[in-house]
Amino acid sequence: MLEIRNLHARIAEDGTEIIRGLNLTVKAGEVAAIMGPNGSGKSTLSYILAGREDYEVTEGEILYNGESILEMDPAERAAKGIFLAFQYPMEIPGVATMEFLKVAMNSQRKARGEEPLKVPDFLKRVREATGSLQMNMDMLKRPLNVGFSGGEKKRAEILQMKLLEPRLCVLDETDSGLDIDALKVVADGVNALRAPDRAIVIITHYQRLLDYIVPDTVHVLYRGQVVKTGDKGLALELEKNGYAGVVGEAA
Amino acid sequence: MPGSSERLRNAMNIQANPTLTAAETALIDAFAARLSELPGDAAVMLRRDEAVERIKAGLPNRRVEAWHYTDLRRLLATVPPFDPAGDARPLSPLVEGSAVLPLLNGTATAAPVTVEGVAVEALPDLLADGRYAPALALAERDDAVGAINAAFVADGRAVEVAEGAEIARPIEVQNVVGAGQSHVRLPVRVGANARVTLVERQAGAAGGFATSVSSLTVGEGAEVLWVIVQERAADAAYLGQFNATIAKGGRLTLFFMNIGGKLVRQEVKVTAEGEACEFRLRGVNLLAGETHCDVTMVLDHLGYGATSTEVVRNIVLDRAHGVFQGQIRVAREAQKTDAKMACNTLLLSDEGEFSTKPELEIFADDVACGHGATVAEIDADHLFYLMARGIPEKEARGLLVKAFLAEVIEELDDEALVTALEERLNDWFAEHG
Repeated sequence: MLEIRNLHARIAEDGTEIIRGLNLTVKAGEVAAIMGPNGSGKSTLSYILAGREDYEVTEGEILYNGESILEMDPAERAAKGIFLAFQYPMEIPGVATMEFLKVAMNSQRKARGEEPLKVPDFLKRVREATGSLQMNMDMLKRPLNVGFSGGEKKRAEILQMKLLEPRLCVLDETDSGLDIDALKVVADGVNALRAPDRAIVIITHYQRLLDYIVPDTVHVLYRGQVVKTGDKGLALELEKNGYAGVVGEAA
Repeated sequence: MPGSSERLRNAMNIQANPTLTAAETALIDAFAARLSELPGDAAVMLRRDEAVERIKAGLPNRRVEAWHYTDLRRLLATVPPFDPAGDARPLSPLVEGSAVLPLLNGTATAAPVTVEGVAVEALPDLLADGRYAPALALAERDDAVGAINAAFVADGRAVEVAEGAEIARPIEVQNVVGAGQSHVRLPVRVGANARVTLVERQAGAAGGFATSVSSLTVGEGAEVLWVIVQERAADAAYLGQFNATIAKGGRLTLFFMNIGGKLVRQEVKVTAEGEACEFRLRGVNLLAGETHCDVTMVLDHLGYGATSTEVVRNIVLDRAHGVFQGQIRVAREAQKTDAKMACNTLLLSDEGEFSTKPELEIFADDVACGHGATVAEIDADHLFYLMARGIPEKEARGLLVKAFLAEVIEELDDEALVTALEERLNDWFAEHG
């Protein structure tokens, strides 16, 4: 589903190279964890997948279902089914969450040539999704993410993911800032989305989240490259021995 | 070295404009032609004469401080002739069920609707017997809006809200002008502990020129929401002045929305007179095309412990030019004043312009006063977030711009009004993309 080949990317503003020849393949139905120390390029990778303009791809290719996405803007990528759950979801004053959800869902439907959702159908979907995430519908009347706690913001990200039904989900440090109860709720939300036709990429610094969302593959990112790939055992090894061992092996 | 008499002559030459502009000439001629029709006793006519003298001395140009960003002499190059038969029709009210007072081409056309607790008088009656003469006196030399209006005002409504009355229906005044001129006044007194919402619509067709002066007295403990919607044609000129005095414990919210006009000046002159009174100014300027829109506020804090907040949000497209001047003067007796002013602009075109001039003059020593002004473009992070959810760039930008303005509108504690104003906002965006 996702194939990244020899990807090189830098910060557009100052030319600093962050991703240096990254290769990664994630199949449909797979849950892949990307782990790595701070500064290894994890968040950058997630932004590049979503199409953020602050980064410039200088070499290599990103194929999504066999099609290059490099020329697509973030909205086109989203409409094709790529979803990034942000590490720090932005607060957007003045945009009511409910209105935002409706516009986002209908924009994607429109891009796919589908009819906009009827209001009762939209509300039903939102009600079901919020219920399963133990969220209060009243929260959705507030401006998007404004005044939400850290946990509420992460739940709101998963809510969007549920409603938009993407094919490729990228979760950037979704566990950061969550207490254990919130972590379980969020993990349940993600697990419920596991499907044979959907891939999930979990970017995380710590192994903790992987106790709740068990990955099929684990990839270690270091200095902008995947330096080691393994199964869930690799995550446990990292937890026990730290990154130094794995990274030292690769270097 | 020139002699003293020569220096004096030079100084006078700066004041007396030897060549009148086409607009000044037209106004002076129109005054002579309309003199016999203008209502008013001797006292009123004396005020009118004084007002015309101001016009003869020349409309203010950019060397007059209050008009620095709006060179009225240059921008108001011409004025159209009066046209009482021009195409001006009543509007459907902003909020359904409002009590509407229409003024078409400067003339009150219908008998005022009766609302319990509200007394409405025709302005010509107050002019004819001279009761209104004192109100036509011009204080400041730079009060060009007051002067033009005082010279020509022929109609308007005087509204009185009884003490303690709670008026559920908004009262909507519609000042609609065709291609001609309109000069109206709207004195409003709100009695102690009364509550009322007033809507002032400033609308009209191509080429019109209108002035409108309202003066509001907010009684002790009274609560007033006053909404100005200025939606004139893209080539119309409009000069408005809103004056208010707030008594002890009174609360006034003034909301304005400027969405039209070629030359617009909206003056706001408020005196927070009573102890612990409150003034809130909220406004949005939606500027496109060749619009020049100036909102100039002078707020005097006289009462002890009064609070005021001003939030003005602007979006500027095309070659539009916006101005916000906000002056807050805190008198020595006005201790414990809490005043905050903010003016934020989204500049969406390279050729657009916005000028902000905040001014604080504080003579009391125990006050909290602040102001801030920002000019920005759309936040790239916000745009990325919305697009990452599949919202195309153009729509995402539109959502963010609307959000920037809606934040101010949604502060109004009146759902029907908020909905109506947001509809205006949507219409404007539909028109200006």
